Amino acid sequence: MTDLISGGTATPRVYKDYARPLWQRVLLTREGAVYAALILVIVVAALSVRNFGSPITMTYLLLDVTPILLIALPMTLVIITGEIDLSVASVVGLSSVVLGTLHQGGLPIEAAAFVAIVVGAIAGAFNGFLITVVGLPSLAVTIGTLALYRGLAVGLLGTTAVTDFTEFWTDLAKSKLGSTGVPTVMILFVLLLVVFAIVLHFTPFGRGVFAIGLSSEAARFSGVHVERTKFILFVLTGTISALAGIYYTLRFGSARGDNATGLELSVIAAVLLGGVSIFGGRGALHGVIAGVLLIGVLGSALRLANVTSDVINIITGVLLVASVVSTSVLNWVRAKRTRPGEPRKTR
Amino acid sequence: MLFQNKTGRAGAFAALAVTVALVATGCAATDDGGDGGSGGDSGNLAITFLPKNLGNAYFDTSDKGGEKAIGEFDGTYAEVGPAEASPDAQVSYINTLTQQGVGGIAISANDPKAICDALNEARDAGVKVVTFDSDTNPECRDIFINQATAEGIAKVQVDLIAEQIGDEGEIAILSATANATNQNEWIELMKTELEASHPNIELVDTVYGDDDDQTSFDKTAALLQTHPNLKGIVSPTTVGIAAAARYLQTSEFKGKVALTGLGTPNQMRDYVEDGTVTAFALWNPADLGYLAAYAAKALIEGEITGEEGDSFEAGELGDYEVGEDGVVLLGDPYTFNAENIAEFDF
Repeated sequence: MTDLISGGTATPRVYKDYARPLWQRVLLTREGAVYAALILVIVVAALSVRNFGSPITMTYLLLDVTPILLIALPMTLVIITGEIDLSVASVVGLSSVVLGTLHQGGLPIEAAAFVAIVVGAIAGAFNGFLITVVGLPSLAVTIGTLALYRGLAVGLLGTTAVTDFTEFWTDLAKSKLGSTGVPTVMILFVLLLVVFAIVLHFTPFGRGVFAIGLSSEAARFSGVHVERTKFILFVLTGTISALAGIYYTLRFGSARGDNATGLELSVIAAVLLGGVSIFGGRGALHGVIAGVLLIGVLGSALRLANVTSDVINIITGVLLVASVVSTSVLNWVRAKRTRPGEPRKTR
Repeated sequence: MLFQNKTGRAGAFAALAVTVALVATGCAATDDGGDGGSGGDSGNLAITFLPKNLGNAYFDTSDKGGEKAIGEFDGTYAEVGPAEASPDAQVSYINTLTQQGVGGIAISANDPKAICDALNEARDAGVKVVTFDSDTNPECRDIFINQATAEGIAKVQVDLIAEQIGDEGEIAILSATANATNQNEWIELMKTELEASHPNIELVDTVYGDDDDQTSFDKTAALLQTHPNLKGIVSPTTVGIAAAARYLQTSEFKGKVALTGLGTPNQMRDYVEDGTVTAFALWNPADLGYLAAYAAKALIEGEITGEEGDSFEAGELGDYEVGEDGVVLLGDPYTFNAENIAEFDF
């Protein structure tokens, strides 16, 4: 149907897009599909899984996914530039240990948390330095620092744990807003979400992030500071990961070197599921939030249905592969069908 | 822009189809699990085992013991747990069990503190909490089933070596690391026990294999070179005893130098069957799970509250009394030998 009016000028296509009913414009996007899936899972789980429909489900769910939600914010930007950061969970562990050891050593928790965030920023800056100044691929660099930061964390504290945190802070980490059942920590997340959404979707910096992901050469010629942008993003992932590490430590009241092992995979899975292209250049934060919640709700519902953890892992894995494969296959089909003379889409 | 919408539509259908399929799988599994009812009910004998991780032979054995016990008193057995032994994953499962309103949780803790709040929320909702194998802080559970005391562990090893060398001669200890707290406590208690009851046995050396297979192997070789009159080795660590057995098996000392200590049946099976090792000790994880299940039953039925001095009956294991801090001791460590090793798989 679109072929008839795609005479080569842009105007008819834009007109056609806006002529479509609103529900189609909203639903028939990658993000729309994630929302639909999320709502479907919630409805089906509420109807068929005993105990899922209770309000406490949402509280537990949000407390569980908070570190993923937090780290997914900067990770989305990093992946949109076509890079990746696999060291985030190790930074969580490192900041947890820094917080724990300094607090145990007598530093007030606020000061220890500040140092932990600085350490996270330095860890991110080290990644950024190797990637943008030395010019190494981010995959290789952050696989290395994944091991390095985890090694430092476990080396600093050994196999012991620091647990003597002030009750005020550990209670705050898992407290709820009045009788709503919404964890207090959501305030922090929403504030950060607003900042990240504005930066990504409404500023020149954000447009630069997308431009780098589409073509870093083209972005550079257009005046985007490619290296500087990437460096800033890696410092941001490090900093937010450290923040997530502090939350993680206080929620469980336990600073351990092996805290959050494997969390990087949950974060990346959620980001990709949320419609961010692993090749860069495409994605939106609201889709990522839906992706995080989809994985969280699915896990929670399956656990309540007494499905074993291995099966839950298999199901989330299948979901992720299916979401990535469906995009790739459709891109391939789309490229095949693009005729000469028509604008060819590469992403 | 041209084909954007088609992509989106097909993507939406693909994602929806996958989700429907997945949720359907989830639903299918719903029916056999949730016989929960509400927590705090004294007749709610739904007891769920939550090991450190699934797919771990040790916990498979202990949970089977629990299943056997729960079968005996007509409760509902279930086992859930994370794939990785991490405390945060255990918290998710504890929360889930609280929501399901099970009667009791038998858990081996991945962290003494991190799972505390989740356990206390469960207890507030009326769920009874029994820890086994690995405890939490005492204020987070009702009862801890302790596999063995340091005194019991030290005594069984001394008894075994004394029996195997005829209660006289030189022995040595192959430990883990020099600063391992539990190992050093056992070694001190073994020395006390040797002095008190076995005056003809002389402990000539204590070496450290650092819980590394190769180091332990080399230290065993060195021990036998340094002490030509050595009659026995005690290795209170599962890595050490297996490495020492491997050295003895192919050396001239096989059958001449006795070896005992703490080991697992799967590691030691070959050495016991070919006569390198006569007997070694550890606790029986199946009994541990069995006792944990009966303790949960006694708590649910209000027979005990976890106070010191409470006593309850645990099927074929007999009667047990709750000690200080809500700890129940399984008993003396279990001795594995050629006669019984075939019954164990962990």
